[in-house]
Amino acid sequence: MDLHTLMLKTWSWRFLTALMLATTVAACESAPSNPTATAGGDSAVASASRLDTIKSRGKLICGVEGTIPGFSFVDSSGKYSGLDVDTCRAVAAAIFDTADDIDSKIEFRNLDSTTRFPALQNGEVDMLARNTTWTLSRDAAGGNGLEFGPTTFFDGQGVMVTKASGITSFKDLGGKAVCVETGTTTELNLASRAKQAGITVSEVKFQDSNATFAAYQEGRCEAITSDRSQLAAKRTSLPTPDDHVLLEDVLSKEPLGPVTINNDSRLFDVVRWVTYGLFQAEEFGITQADVESKLQDPNPDVQNFLGTTGSLGEQLGLSKDFMVKVVKATGNYGEIYDRNIGEKLKIDRGQNKLWTDGGLMYSPAFR
Amino acid sequence: MVQANPGTEKVALWRDERFWKIIFQIVVVGILLTIVAIAINNMNVNLARQGRQFEFKFLIDRAGFNIGETVLPYKVDDPYYWGLIVGLANTLRLCLVSVVLATIFGVVAGIASFSSNWLLRKLSLVYVEVLRNTPPLLQFFFWYVVVFFGLSSKGQVTRLTDFLLISKKGIWIPWPAGNIITALSLGLLLAGAIAAIVLWRSRLKRMEEEGASGRPQRNALVVIGVICLGLFVFGLQWVFPKPVGGGNDVVGGLRMSLEYGAMMMGLSAYIGAFIAEIVRAGIQATPTGQWEAGRALGLPDGHLMRLVVLPQALRIIIPSLNSQYATLIKNSSLSLAIGYPDIFSTAQTTLNQTGRAVEVVLLMILTYLTLNVIVSFFMNVLNQAVQFQER
Repeated sequence: MDLHTLMLKTWSWRFLTALMLATTVAACESAPSNPTATAGGDSAVASASRLDTIKSRGKLICGVEGTIPGFSFVDSSGKYSGLDVDTCRAVAAAIFDTADDIDSKIEFRNLDSTTRFPALQNGEVDMLARNTTWTLSRDAAGGNGLEFGPTTFFDGQGVMVTKASGITSFKDLGGKAVCVETGTTTELNLASRAKQAGITVSEVKFQDSNATFAAYQEGRCEAITSDRSQLAAKRTSLPTPDDHVLLEDVLSKEPLGPVTINNDSRLFDVVRWVTYGLFQAEEFGITQADVESKLQDPNPDVQNFLGTTGSLGEQLGLSKDFMVKVVKATGNYGEIYDRNIGEKLKIDRGQNKLWTDGGLMYSPAFR
Repeated sequence: MVQANPGTEKVALWRDERFWKIIFQIVVVGILLTIVAIAINNMNVNLARQGRQFEFKFLIDRAGFNIGETVLPYKVDDPYYWGLIVGLANTLRLCLVSVVLATIFGVVAGIASFSSNWLLRKLSLVYVEVLRNTPPLLQFFFWYVVVFFGLSSKGQVTRLTDFLLISKKGIWIPWPAGNIITALSLGLLLAGAIAAIVLWRSRLKRMEEEGASGRPQRNALVVIGVICLGLFVFGLQWVFPKPVGGGNDVVGGLRMSLEYGAMMMGLSAYIGAFIAEIVRAGIQATPTGQWEAGRALGLPDGHLMRLVVLPQALRIIIPSLNSQYATLIKNSSLSLAIGYPDIFSTAQTTLNQTGRAVEVVLLMILTYLTLNVIVSFFMNVLNQAVQFQER
C-alpha cells in the first residue's frame, strides 16, 4: 500500500461524489421523489401492499450484510446465521404462517452499505435487516424515505481493555493510551466523552482498523475503542480472548433494526409487530421449546398474544396464531440474542436486556 | 508609392509566421483558462447544490479531536487551524531530524562503497539495495511493528544501554537538563565553534601566503576542541532516563513515541539509501584525471577525498539531493499509517469532520508545496556556493 492507495481510500470518494453530482444532475434530482411516487401509488389502494406481493411470490427477499459474525453470516455450506438473519426468519414465519423449513421461504441477499437503500427503494428486496443505524435523515421522507422497525440491537461505541490493565470504567482511562481509527466519528466521540469525564487520554490514531488492532494487540495502547459489536467480533479472533474485556460504558448511540420502505404501512406493521412480539415473548417467558404448552396458559394476555383468543393476527393481515409460528421458528428475543451474540461474540446484554431487567427492550401492549 | 520600395514592403499579417505562433499560444492559454474556469464554476455550482460554498470559515470552528503527541500546546477545544499548525509542527519535527540523519546515513554509506575494506563495501551495497527496492510503507511498518514492538515488552521498561530505554510508551534518550548551566555551556560551545572556524581560516591563509607551518594555530585548535568536548560532556547537564515504579514509566531524558521513532528511522534509512547512491555517483563522476593529479601531488587519501574529489562531487550531488529531501518531506505523510499525528493526519480528521474536501486538500497541497519550495531555495543557495568560481 503506497501513499496513493492511502489517499484513494478516503479522499477519492469525495472527489468521485463531486464528479458524479456534476454528471448526474437529473438522476440526483429525481432520486428522492422516486420512492414517494411509487409508494404513494401503493397506499392509494390499500390492498396493493408489498405484503401481498410477498405472499403471492411465496418468498420473502431479505437484505442482509452477510459477513458480520453474530449479525448475519454465511457459513461455508451457505447457511445463514445471526441476529439479523433471525429477524428475517421471524417475519417470514409470520407472513407464511409456518415454522417448518423456514429458510426455504426466504431469499437472503447480501448488500453492502452503498447498495442497501437503493435495493430497498427499487423493490429488489422486501426488507432490510442489515446493521443499519436508525437516524432521522434515513427515516424522513425528505431523506432516504425509509421506515425503521424496533431496534433489535443497541450498538454503540465501546472500549476494550486488557484484564491485566486493571481498567474497569471509562474514567480509569485517564492518562492511558487508547488506539483509535482516524477519520471516523469514533475519535470525535472519544475526545468529547473524555472531556465530559474530565480525563485526558493519549490517543494513538491509525488509518486502518487492522493497524489499530495490531497496535492494541502489541500492547502499544492499554485500550481500544470502536463499535461494541466490532470490538466483540475482533476479540474472538485474538489469541487469548478471555484476557480482554469490553467496558460497560457506551460512548455513542447506534440503534440497529429492520427497515422497510416508506408509505407501506401494512408491511411495516407486520415487521414492527413481529419484532415486538419477539421481545414480548421473552417477557412472557415463552420459549421455542415450550410455546405449545403455553397455549394452555391461563393468563389472558398470553392467550391474546398467542392467538388462542382474540384476533390480533388477523388485524395485521396474518393468521391468529402468528406469534406461535414465529417463536417456534426462531425462539424469543432472548434466545436469539444468546444464540448469536451472547455465545458467539460474548457481548453482555447490557442495554439489550428487557425493560423489566433494566434494559431498553420494550414492547407496546399486544391487545 | 509604398509598393515601389521593395525593402519596406509589408507582408500580409496572415502570411507572417510569427503572427500565427503568437495566435497559437494565445489559443492554448485561452483553452487552458476556460477548462480551469469551467472546473471552478462546476465545483461552485455543485457545492451550492449541497448548500455550501468554497470558504475557509470552518478553520476557526472548534476542532473537538485530540492529538496524541504535540510539540506545541494543544487541547480539544482549540480551533481547526491550530490543530493543523500543531500537526505541521509535528511534521517539521520529524522532517528536520530525518533530513539530517538521512544525509549522515547516505554520506557514510556512499563513501563506504569506495572503501578498500571488502565487508564495508558489501554492507553498503546490501543496505542500499534492500532499502531502495522495498516500498517505504512496508519499511515504516517494519520499524514500528518488528523493531520497536519487538524491542519493547509489555508493562516494563527495557534498558538497551544507559543511553537508550524503551517501553511500549516510547523511547528515552539522555537530554540536557535545560537549566542556566546548560544555556551557558551552549553559548560557550557556540563561541568555541566560531573561534575554531576563524582560527582555521587564518591558519590556512598564513600557510598559503606566508608558507608558515601553522603549528601554533593547530595547537590552539586542539585546546579549543578539548575544552568544547569537556563542555559538551559535563557542561550541558545531561539527564539520563530512569525507570520509575516498576511499570513502563520513565523520568528524565527525552521521550519519543514509538510512532515517531519508527517514522524517523524509517524515513532516514529509506532516503539515506538513495542519498548513498547519489554520493557514490557524484564521487564516481569526478574525472579519474583529478584523482591521478592529486596522487601525483603526493596527497594522502583523506586529503585527496576532502580537497580534490568532494568539492567537485558536491556540484553533482546537491541538485539530486534536493529532490531526495523533497521525497522525504512528501513521504512523511505516510505517518498516518503508523499513527504519528503529522499534518496529513490532522488534516484527514479535519476533512472527515467538516466534509470540506476541496478546502482541506487545497491547504495540504499548498503546505507541502511551500515546504518543498523553501527546501529548494536553500538547496539552490548551497548549489550556487559550490559551483565553479569563474575568475
